Amino acid sequence: MSTTATAVEGEHHHHGPAKGIGRWLFATNHKDIGTMYLWTALAMFFLGGAFAMVIRMELFQPGLQLVNPDWFNRMFTMHGLVMVFGAIMPAWVGFANWQIPLMIGAPDMAMPRMNLLSYWLLPVALLVLVSTFFMEGNAPAFGWTFYAPLSTTFAPDTADFFIFGVHLLGISSIMGAINVIATIVNLRAPGMTLMKMPMFVWTWLITAFLLIAVMPVLAGVVTMMLTDRNFGTAFFDASGGGDPLMFQHIFWFFGHPEVYIMILPSFGVVSQILPTFARKPLFGYASMVYATGAIAFLSFIVWGHHMFATGLPLAGELYFMYATMLIAVPTGVKIFNWAATMWRGSMTFEAPMLFSIAFVFLFTIGGLTGLMMAMGPADMQYHSTYFIVAHFHYTLVPGAVFALMAGTYYWLPIWCGRMYDEKLAKIHFWLSAISVNVLFFPQHFVGLAGMPRRVPDYPLQFADFNMIISIGGFVYGLSQLMFVYIVVKAIRSGKPTPDQVWEGAKGLEWELPNPLPFHTHTTPPRVD
Amino acid sequence: MSGAEGSYYVPEETRQPALLAVGLAATLFGFALSLHGNSAGSMIMMAGGAVAAVTIWMWMAHVIRESEAGLNSAQMDRTYRIGMGWFIFSEVMFFAAFFGALFYVRVLVLPWLAGEGNNAMTHQLLWPLFEGLWSPTWIPSTEGFVAATGTVGAWGVPAINTALLLTSGATLTWAHWGLFKKSRVQLITGLALTVALGCVFMVLQVQEYGHAMEHLSLTFNSGIYGSLFYLMTGFHGAHVTLGVLMLTVILVRSIMGHFTPEHHFAFEGVAWYWHFVDVVWLILFVFIYWV
Repeated sequence: MSTTATAVEGEHHHHGPAKGIGRWLFATNHKDIGTMYLWTALAMFFLGGAFAMVIRMELFQPGLQLVNPDWFNRMFTMHGLVMVFGAIMPAWVGFANWQIPLMIGAPDMAMPRMNLLSYWLLPVALLVLVSTFFMEGNAPAFGWTFYAPLSTTFAPDTADFFIFGVHLLGISSIMGAINVIATIVNLRAPGMTLMKMPMFVWTWLITAFLLIAVMPVLAGVVTMMLTDRNFGTAFFDASGGGDPLMFQHIFWFFGHPEVYIMILPSFGVVSQILPTFARKPLFGYASMVYATGAIAFLSFIVWGHHMFATGLPLAGELYFMYATMLIAVPTGVKIFNWAATMWRGSMTFEAPMLFSIAFVFLFTIGGLTGLMMAMGPADMQYHSTYFIVAHFHYTLVPGAVFALMAGTYYWLPIWCGRMYDEKLAKIHFWLSAISVNVLFFPQHFVGLAGMPRRVPDYPLQFADFNMIISIGGFVYGLSQLMFVYIVVKAIRSGKPTPDQVWEGAKGLEWELPNPLPFHTHTTPPRVD
Repeated sequence: MSGAEGSYYVPEETRQPALLAVGLAATLFGFALSLHGNSAGSMIMMAGGAVAAVTIWMWMAHVIRESEAGLNSAQMDRTYRIGMGWFIFSEVMFFAAFFGALFYVRVLVLPWLAGEGNNAMTHQLLWPLFEGLWSPTWIPSTEGFVAATGTVGAWGVPAINTALLLTSGATLTWAHWGLFKKSRVQLITGLALTVALGCVFMVLQVQEYGHAMEHLSLTFNSGIYGSLFYLMTGFHGAHVTLGVLMLTVILVRSIMGHFTPEHHFAFEGVAWYWHFVDVVWLILFVFIYWV
């Protein structure tokens, strides 16, 4: 079949976008579905952010000023749930939808209709979750980890709505992940062997595997919760022969891979961006791939480090301690590779690069505090203090969220065919990078000094640091509004994307015409 | 351009996914409402369930029409296979959560409650009479739980059920062979036998539940044994039910003349699923009923 014939036939077969709301409600196009994922995630980022603002306002001063302790509990619970399940995970699925077909030369995701089902389950599940605010008993207040018996014996009726919300989110994630794997395994352009795939695609392939492996476990544990709450079973009740700690084991078997689900695609994005702006190929591509695989494998066998303070048997503590420290090895490989990629590169510092470099530095801080907590005896001191809050926020905010920002600025010129305002984006970066450290760095200090997490009030000696932390939080929160402004401005009135967006960018996604046609790669490109 | 190697079928806009998402959410939302005595709950649940069921029916019918129209390329077929394989892996992990709980309880929790390890004082202070047995007749505390009078033995109905499921795996493979050698009769007979065996399994399982509840007073409420027993065999039963439904669809399609020796992903997908359900049962049989 000649190229011309294919093109004509392609035009005949491949329709443009539908008109009106139907384009979105009934979309099967990976770009439209990716766009919906991204906007939903952004909306949830601000909802979860609003909860965080309430938390920081309450903690601005000692004493109770804004909300009562119950509301405070609801706020940090919903903050965690909305950010994890509503913002970061869907944002990465949005990236996967947009980028994977473009980067591997596929015309779309492998199963476009299931793709749409994965998307629509997300907003309805979030609606079920958030609707608890308007019910008797109010929203869940047991923390995003919903430990039994807080979530079973002592939770309000609304916990059952939370459970079903989690079920729906799980179905959505599993189908999304199956789609990603099928796309990557089956729809790569001829010549694109596995070890020629872009790092972002590799990290998502492994992320998808993690999702399929652990989301069903989460579904299992919330199902046990459901029957414990409503049908008299004894899974998490010692008086019936069960064990509340069993909840934590099953939950963290899901929960630990889950944190890599949120961070592995970040690694992928940063591994795309650093080579572009350093104008050098990624250092140690193969070792990056193997390190990602190693991290994914280790993530399944270290869950007990979340439970050092629960009285695990000594052998268990030792095992989980050593296994956890092993993760530092592949993670270190990645960080050194990123540093080596930048070494002696002709670097320029556009917004995606700034966010990526900040990611490398700040994620490393989060990684190193993780290593500190991996040591069981030391963890007894840090456990359930603000130190852990600082740790995981360093991995998730200047980690995952910065990578999301970097990726958005990097690929936005492809997505909407227009450039964003580089000057504003740089201001957005510096405001975010400074405020995020004002927000989270002092949390290490208050944590080491003994301030527990999840408290609405605290002793006087923590007052100064908490005020600083809150100010950092407000600045960080407000500066994210700039991000929305920059994106909307780019879409509405940005300069058209030039033929060469970034000087050093390589890959199939940069070879497509601008503005992007509704269907791309209708005939697969050849990769050599 | 369907069918051509190196091109891919991108479907038109579709209404079903959004409908199905709303239907599923309404089903679960209604269920949660009805759990807390809201009278509208069961109505919402049934309406949602009906929407979901009809949507799935329409969706599957659409996919089958496409398949019969020859729209599915070899690449699409691979996509379906990859998808089904990973879906079954997700199911494996769902059961893994429950098997994990089973082994954790039997190997660690019960001995600990009986004072093993560093738990001597816990044992003394909480339930000094508890011996840590894996049995619904012994529960640490009868406060909130009702002990059963016996356990479900392996060598009655469960052993028969094991034989039934193993045989059904064989009849299904025999049907598959029939498809390969273009013997419609063997295909249809084999599938019909498989469906029948699956149905008999379900009937026996329901009877076994009735026996356990009536004569052994074994319920959800019989401590951890009852919890694990009913949830694990119950979820397995739910999967058998789904498997039988899917087998029935395949049977009807075989009677209608669908499937060729080269082109029968739906048959293989269902067969994989059925064998998976089979294997889960074998592990259940060993660790729930037998040892």
